[in-house]
Amino acid sequence: MRIALRQHSVVPGFGLTMGFTLLYLSLIVLIPLAALLLKSAGVGWDRFWAAATDPRVLASYRLSFGASLAGAAINAAFGLVVAWVLVRYSFPGKNLVDAIVDLPFALPTAVSGIALTGLYGANGWIGRWLEPLGIPVAYTPLGITVALCFIGLPFVVRTLQPAIEDLDRETEEAAASLGASRLQTFLRVILPTILPALLTGFALAFARGLGEYGSVVFISGNMPGKTEIAPLLIVTKLEQYDYVGACAIAVVMLAASFVLLLVINVLQWWSRRHV
Amino acid sequence: MSEAVLIPTTPMARPRSDAAISEPAVVRWALVAVAMLFLGLFLVLPLVAVFVQALEKGVGLYLKSLVDRDALAAVRLTLLTALVVVPLNTVFGVAAAWAIAKFEFTGKQVLTTLVDLPFSISPVIAGLVFVLLFGRDGWLGPWLEARDLKVLFAVPGIVLATLFVTFPFVARELIPLMQAQGAEEEEAARALGAGGWQTFRRVTLPNVKWGLLYGVILCNGRAMGEFGAVSVVSGHIRGQTNTMPLHVEILYNEYNLVAAFAVASLLAMLALVTLVLKSVLQWKVARQLALAADGPAGGRKP
Repeated sequence: MRIALRQHSVVPGFGLTMGFTLLYLSLIVLIPLAALLLKSAGVGWDRFWAAATDPRVLASYRLSFGASLAGAAINAAFGLVVAWVLVRYSFPGKNLVDAIVDLPFALPTAVSGIALTGLYGANGWIGRWLEPLGIPVAYTPLGITVALCFIGLPFVVRTLQPAIEDLDRETEEAAASLGASRLQTFLRVILPTILPALLTGFALAFARGLGEYGSVVFISGNMPGKTEIAPLLIVTKLEQYDYVGACAIAVVMLAASFVLLLVINVLQWWSRRHV
Repeated sequence: MSEAVLIPTTPMARPRSDAAISEPAVVRWALVAVAMLFLGLFLVLPLVAVFVQALEKGVGLYLKSLVDRDALAAVRLTLLTALVVVPLNTVFGVAAAWAIAKFEFTGKQVLTTLVDLPFSISPVIAGLVFVLLFGRDGWLGPWLEARDLKVLFAVPGIVLATLFVTFPFVARELIPLMQAQGAEEEEAARALGAGGWQTFRRVTLPNVKWGLLYGVILCNGRAMGEFGAVSVVSGHIRGQTNTMPLHVEILYNEYNLVAAFAVASLLAMLALVTLVLKSVLQWKVARQLALAADGPAGGRKP
């Protein structure tokens, strides 16, 4: 039996476009990524493991994962409020506010990085109020979290908006007519329905936070073991020509991204079934 | 959740009460206030700070920072990079969307995931892979060196790293749009005797033009603003391999704040233009999708 790889179609151009797609994908993405994996495989397990679990490297994972988790959690909470307000209420300037949510996508990361550092530094508009209270932000893990809050917000809001739009109003009415208070309706009817989308947004913001570089390096201060995130350590190792060290961290971070990608796909499948 | 609740099949003579499905006014306004405060503090304030700090020492110094020789070289390199990267990734995006949306084949889901892959990879790793390929110890390093070709710490490396990070933008906008539109119109054009290229140009392109432009705008914004990936491969040679974001970094680290924020303000303006175009195009794409949903093809954006 012949296995048909593709169903017949009268539309032309499959060979040409598929051929070009595969060639270009291989040249720009797949072969370069293969170089990373092969280079890492070539150094031998012991050296790789030693490079990937060096104390300074472990500290950078802890910081990257911790700050990304904190940033994603803050974004999940406030992103839910922003998405809810944008979908359900009307107020002056709403379209403008909706457009501004995408600002972190559009603003180059280096620009957000220096702007946030300026704001939260000891002399900055925000930093000068927090510093006397004993809460330094710039050059601390808190500063890294602030930068990741900035960068991750649109992921949560843009994932939640369609889910809130798709909510069935009749269900809410039914809950209300059966005697549920508005808070009960929200917690027992609305929240479970939008939970997959909320978790997807959280995971997307977390994944972005793990890999983020530009907006973080300025505000983090980059002290080894204290405020050195994993992507920065890759750059530092490269500058010292420690290719093995750089590759080991990169492979660990890449593995984390793939696990998250898988989780996000499962979450999206779940939320599609949910609606 | 919805199946757990009984919904009356015949509408009851009960006025639809909005109060029952909305929050009390106090809660509504409190939530709006929280949302605005959060967005103001985290999004708007940094943007305002860029322009304020750029103009802090007057317009004269601001303009002088922009016409500086190295700043102009950075602007030129950024424009050149975008000029190479955006058309290449646009051609790829159209080809990939055509293959994925108009045909049924085995492994489609895998291909779609691979196209999106660069979005899940840290920009620093995107730069690293090209160092491993083209660096002195890399696969192609010795070969390039023997021929006196420079990729790393030169313009080709910057272009490659930017190609990598902006790879999915056009494709991921076009794929859902073209999937929603189906292949019926193209099939009809073919049946009426149109050639392949003619079908694409006269039938497909008008149907997807806004989505295509949307993808191009986003791709361009990222290509001009990319920092992490480019920073790894550029070598930071002033006036030669510094793009605008890298130039911002150098000036900032030299405590030349006015100049750093002046160049940053150009990038911020680019971001604002991108946002405006994005909002306009989003509306146009939504209309094209609605048209596709009304047509025989049916379906909607997932």
